[in-house]
Amino acid sequence: MRPTNATQGLKAIRLQPDTWIQRVIRAASRGPLHLVLIAIALLWTFPSVGLLVSSFRPKLNVATSGWWTAFQLPFEFTLENYAFVLFRRGVGDSFVSSILITVPATFLTILVASFAAFAFAWMSFRLRDFLFFFVIALLVVPLQMTLIPLLNLLGFFKLNATYLGIWLVHMGFGLPFAVFLLRNFFAALPREMLEASQVDGASSRVVFFKIVLPLSTPALASLAIFMFLWIWNDLLVALIFLGGSPELVPGILPPVSADRGPLTLTIASLVSSRGADWELLTAAAFVSMLLPLVVFFALQRYFVRGLLTGGLRG
Amino acid sequence: MFLVYPSVDTFRRSLMNSNSTEFVGLESYARVFAKEETQLALLNSLLWMIVFTGVTTALGLLIAVMIERVRYDVIVKTLVFLPMAISFTAAAVIWRFVYGFQPTGFPQWGAANAALTTLGFDSHPFLISKEVIPFYGINNVAVIVAAVWMTTGFAMMVFSAAIRGLPQELLEAARVDGAKEWQVFWHIIRPSIMPTIYVVATVLVISALKVFDLVFVMTGGLFETDVVANRMYKEMFEYREFGIATALSVILLFLSLPVIAINIRRFRRQERER
Repeated sequence: MRPTNATQGLKAIRLQPDTWIQRVIRAASRGPLHLVLIAIALLWTFPSVGLLVSSFRPKLNVATSGWWTAFQLPFEFTLENYAFVLFRRGVGDSFVSSILITVPATFLTILVASFAAFAFAWMSFRLRDFLFFFVIALLVVPLQMTLIPLLNLLGFFKLNATYLGIWLVHMGFGLPFAVFLLRNFFAALPREMLEASQVDGASSRVVFFKIVLPLSTPALASLAIFMFLWIWNDLLVALIFLGGSPELVPGILPPVSADRGPLTLTIASLVSSRGADWELLTAAAFVSMLLPLVVFFALQRYFVRGLLTGGLRG
Repeated sequence: MFLVYPSVDTFRRSLMNSNSTEFVGLESYARVFAKEETQLALLNSLLWMIVFTGVTTALGLLIAVMIERVRYDVIVKTLVFLPMAISFTAAAVIWRFVYGFQPTGFPQWGAANAALTTLGFDSHPFLISKEVIPFYGINNVAVIVAAVWMTTGFAMMVFSAAIRGLPQELLEAARVDGAKEWQVFWHIIRPSIMPTIYVVATVLVISALKVFDLVFVMTGGLFETDVVANRMYKEMFEYREFGIATALSVILLFLSLPVIAINIRRFRRQERER
């Protein structure tokens, strides 16, 4: 049915851009819904904004007035807090240390997990399914179960408080989830494609590097984000395997250059030693949030996708 | 290798005395249940399991349903989801700052107390106060609030995806037939995403059991806010009570066993469909 002139006219009227008054009226008619949602959005943003604003305020102001009063004249903002925590409280060193822990550990986990996941998905060997159930079961084993024996084990190999030691620990804790996520992705790849290339004489190695890995970039990306955030944000593992103090015990292998623990550890110890110096705490906390926030905003799509397929690490 | 051997060894140690030199059977478990501090930690973890899981699931679902009906959904989603990216340690700093306390009459720089005093109430030391509100100490609830703030984004994202996956015609049909929004939610959306609710709740239960960083940094487990994971850390590294520490972690494992079973069942079902 062709639209009559009348309905066309109506449409034309509707399609005219709303004036802002019309929009306000329409929004007001669903007032409660918008009100609640805006309140939620504000409530969720407020605490972080408070942290950010306070980290730029002079010490005296932070200690005597709320951060929301910072936007009155005279504006008093400073970068001193950042300079102080970065260079005088070891937060700068910790930042480097966090990177030295997080990046190799993430890479190592993904490398090992992708081999294992490929085996679980496309090779047949005895006890394959049983072993995979086992991996799933390990997903929910509380990390705490393993701390004391693992500490002894690392001590035995003289790996306590070394980067290599903490990489291995993070890899151990990350592997079940990583294998689980990748195996499910690999298993969903088209079977014909893999079989065809095998018929053409390609070895497993070639299939893995030339076909499976390139096709799995999205899964690898989400996994990388997850691992990165977990390791970067971890406190417990650092606390236990780096000796409970932000000063690293020098290990044998590899030499610990920045003799500081990761950011989480430094911040936790700042909270207990200088818990009232909010201008320092807020600046230090924000330094630790910087990289996660960048990753989050740049790669949110992959993050959400990984979340929906894999869920949180148990 | 990194998980199996340690788990077995932990189990072995949980049957031994405090420095793992002598076999004592289930004595450590008896001591866990007899000691006041560990009782409290177990009780608090139970509270976390129920309150944290319940509130986060409900709030996530509520926000997911509401943002389907507005156009700025992406903004709200991003803001609520954002705390997922930061560490519990940073979140603990953020919330300690929010709960900052000055006696009534002094200028309040903590947002929560500023709000209280502006409304004419007395300021309140949230993280220290054991004062019992409906069911438990205020400080426990204050820490749980911080955890909810961090995790609701996860629940919301998962629910939002599940709701988007529902056949839209079904919802439209119900609306055309005059169903109110809450009826659409209760009779159509809720039953269809029940499996998702189930999954989210189990994930949250597990993370509630393991919560450590937040309590460690916010209260250190003082003032009756201790939880199992933090207690374990204390028993292990402050008191060197390896028997009790390992027994606690075995209890933690047993509490999460049902979730292992559920995970495996879900995997089997998926494989059959493959």
